[in-house]
Amino acid sequence: MELLRSLIKSRKFLIGTSIFLALLLTSLIFPLVNSSDPLEMVGLLYEPPSAEHVLGTDNFGRDVLIEFIYGMKTSIFVGLVAGLIATLIGTTIGVIAGYVGRLTDNILNSTTNLFLVIPSFVILILLSSSLKSRSLLFLAIIIGITSWPWTARAVRAQTSSLRTREHINMAKLNGMNNFEIMLSEILPYVSSYIFMAFVLQVASGILSEAGLSMLGLGPSDVVSLGTMLSWALLYEAVRTGAWWAFFPPTIGISLITFSLLYMNTGMDEIFNPRLRGE
Amino acid sequence: MKVKKLVAEVENLKAYYKVKGRILKAVDGVSLGLRDGEVLGIAGESGCGKSTLAMSLSGLFLPPLKYYGGKIKLKDIEISKMDRKLLRKNVLGKKISFIPQSAMNALNPTLKIRNFVIDVLKEHEPELSEEEIIDRVEERFDSLSLSKRVINSYPFELSGGMKQRVITVISTLMNPEILLADEPTSALDVSSQHQIIKLIKTLLERRIVKSVVFITHELPLLRHIADRIAIMYAGQIVERGTTSQIIFSPLHPYTKMLMSSIITPEKGMKGKELPVVSGSPPNLYEIVAGCRFAERCPYVTEECKINEIKFHKIGDREVRCLHPLTERNGINAAK
Amino acid sequence: MQPNSAILSAEGLTRIFGSGKKKVVAVDHVDFDIKFKEIVSLVGQSGSGKTTIGRMLLNLLKPSEGKIKFIGRNIKEFAKGKARLEYWKKVQGVFQDPFSSFNQFFSIKRNLRRTFRLMEQKMSAEQKDALIKQSLELVNVDPDDVMDKFPFELSGGQRQRIMLARIFLIKPKVLIADEPTSMIDATLRSGILRLLMKLRDAEEMTILFITHDMGLAYYVSDRIFVMHEGKIVEEGDAEEIVFHPSHPYTKKLISDVPVLNKEWL
Repeated sequence: MELLRSLIKSRKFLIGTSIFLALLLTSLIFPLVNSSDPLEMVGLLYEPPSAEHVLGTDNFGRDVLIEFIYGMKTSIFVGLVAGLIATLIGTTIGVIAGYVGRLTDNILNSTTNLFLVIPSFVILILLSSSLKSRSLLFLAIIIGITSWPWTARAVRAQTSSLRTREHINMAKLNGMNNFEIMLSEILPYVSSYIFMAFVLQVASGILSEAGLSMLGLGPSDVVSLGTMLSWALLYEAVRTGAWWAFFPPTIGISLITFSLLYMNTGMDEIFNPRLRGE
Repeated sequence: MKVKKLVAEVENLKAYYKVKGRILKAVDGVSLGLRDGEVLGIAGESGCGKSTLAMSLSGLFLPPLKYYGGKIKLKDIEISKMDRKLLRKNVLGKKISFIPQSAMNALNPTLKIRNFVIDVLKEHEPELSEEEIIDRVEERFDSLSLSKRVINSYPFELSGGMKQRVITVISTLMNPEILLADEPTSALDVSSQHQIIKLIKTLLERRIVKSVVFITHELPLLRHIADRIAIMYAGQIVERGTTSQIIFSPLHPYTKMLMSSIITPEKGMKGKELPVVSGSPPNLYEIVAGCRFAERCPYVTEECKINEIKFHKIGDREVRCLHPLTERNGINAAK
Repeated sequence: MQPNSAILSAEGLTRIFGSGKKKVVAVDHVDFDIKFKEIVSLVGQSGSGKTTIGRMLLNLLKPSEGKIKFIGRNIKEFAKGKARLEYWKKVQGVFQDPFSSFNQFFSIKRNLRRTFRLMEQKMSAEQKDALIKQSLELVNVDPDDVMDKFPFELSGGQRQRIMLARIFLIKPKVLIADEPTSMIDATLRSGILRLLMKLRDAEEMTILFITHDMGLAYYVSDRIFVMHEGKIVEEGDAEEIVFHPSHPYTKKLISDVPVLNKEWL
């Protein structure tokens, strides 16, 4: 409770959260009140912004504003799912490595480091290009599976500093087994760090999706901010001066990641005792 | 005996915490004088405000702690309302050095002691070179017969007692007039406590520091290091006097209670029934009228619960109590 | 059990941390007997190995060499699973820092309820809470006041009393109390020590009291073991150790305690 209160007091956290929620809610509520299909061609190629199409049309004559809103929804979805998967795997591995220690730690830690050394983007490219049809969910899962090591590392470090605390000895003396101890004596203590790592994972998931989509390896059936960029590049929006085709997705991606990073910084200042000081 | 001149004077100091819109009166009108060359002991239970008092005496009021009134005078400078930057630059470390309770655990584990010292001294005297700083530190360590090897160690390589001694030496490198030490011994074993006390005595004898304010809940320690003792209860000082007056003939019932809870390895102590004091110190959010100790006091009367109790002079002693234990101690109240 | 028989004993007990250059022998071939219903103090300065002995006796740390016997049985028989639970039903501990001994995310009630997994018979939540209340009253803590509070809302003295309430709940045969008073106000120490004596008298408990303070050791114990650099350098009757110490280290430990009637510096 105390933490929650101080979080709300943190300006950075508040600003970050508000921007993120505003974007999320827009992308969720808009489709409920407006039934237009983002993939429907409503005009000619690269029509500049007008009263009818506020952000103009893209290379296929589709409304950019509607695409943008749907794209944002897709991007946030991919980010959240990827973040969730990465956090789940990372937390499990981190807590086990940090708590059990010794051989288990060595094995898990080297695995983590191995994954850290191999550039995950390369794995992502290889995986996605070898697949015929790429659904959104599948892409999110692949991003999640390749990005857990950072979380694992952070959680492991936190866990091993907790390992010698008295409440863990007390739990043993109460007859609790290792699994129960990890669940009730470690997880609550590292939860704030896990949440912080999750926020970062969401941001990096969104960036990964954008990167993959820009290379043409994005989801084949839906609009995302990344696919919008990819089309804009492919159909020479930059050269033809159709700024409305690539500006919105660029700003969208920046805004979402900025809001998440700002949220993270806000939390860091509160959770991290070294920054808390004066 | 000639009364020595004062190096610091505190008048009616009030420092409160603001927590969730409520005010906790941790230091509620404390006055003290600190004389040249003395150790002033401040004793009391946890939560009595003694740590807050220590912090306030340095003039540094960090949120949620707030200054609410009173004066802290170092000879001719008034520091209670001083700008925080100026205070850090001109007063802290040079005139007053404050060692907080958890200082020894707050050492940055990734820095060697030498780098820590360099950081600290550079903040105050940026013109010093690293060599000069290390020379100075080595000389000081040598003169206090601490091993110079310590300077090149990481905090985790040192025992708790050693860390505490190192912090004490570093905090007094600039020969501050006043050393404020908050519970410097409470996390240490008896042997390390002994060494810290000896170190502080040496610092005083060599005039590296002129006076010491020593805060603790261990009265037996004060018996050996303090010249005068102030007993604190619920944000106020309830009794002050010389060490032997306080220890051997306490006037305030609370002081007596503190004294009788001491456990030492002496004849007659084994399994001895010690007075169990019921109740706990009052809530400092809502202070009751009358004596703050009334609820736990064995000598309480109705009279005690009416007005705020002022200091009563008994001879050269002062106590906030309507029924001081004078007769029991053979002190003539009329004197 | 017979009053004079050993309930817990150590033979050649050794614990080494690390290896190679960083090897530290924390406990070095220590032998002792703790007898039924006895309060024994293990006294030494920090780093002497006294806490390590406590952890080994609590079955939280394995000895590197030597053995520990609990009522004649090697502690190795209690290494895993059910046997380990069995051991913890009989040998329990209280630690130095009463705050970090609690799970700070749970209420006092929830913290204490977990103790019931050591007990054989199944109980309803009401039965458990009734027992928790009873034990809190035994340590002079008001159950209605603290049960639903969180550890950070209590004072250090209250927390340590609640840790002792946990012991009244479990009623083990042996209690290892590792510096239970060192982070507590001087005014509250005697209260905690008297609770230890009450546990011995009312529950027939055998207690190992670990401390650095000879004064506290003398106050509470029948016998004292003096520990220095991993070895027990002197042991004997409390009276004997405090007033007629023979080992120079024991003499130093005693002279390090500030007393009121003798010069100290």
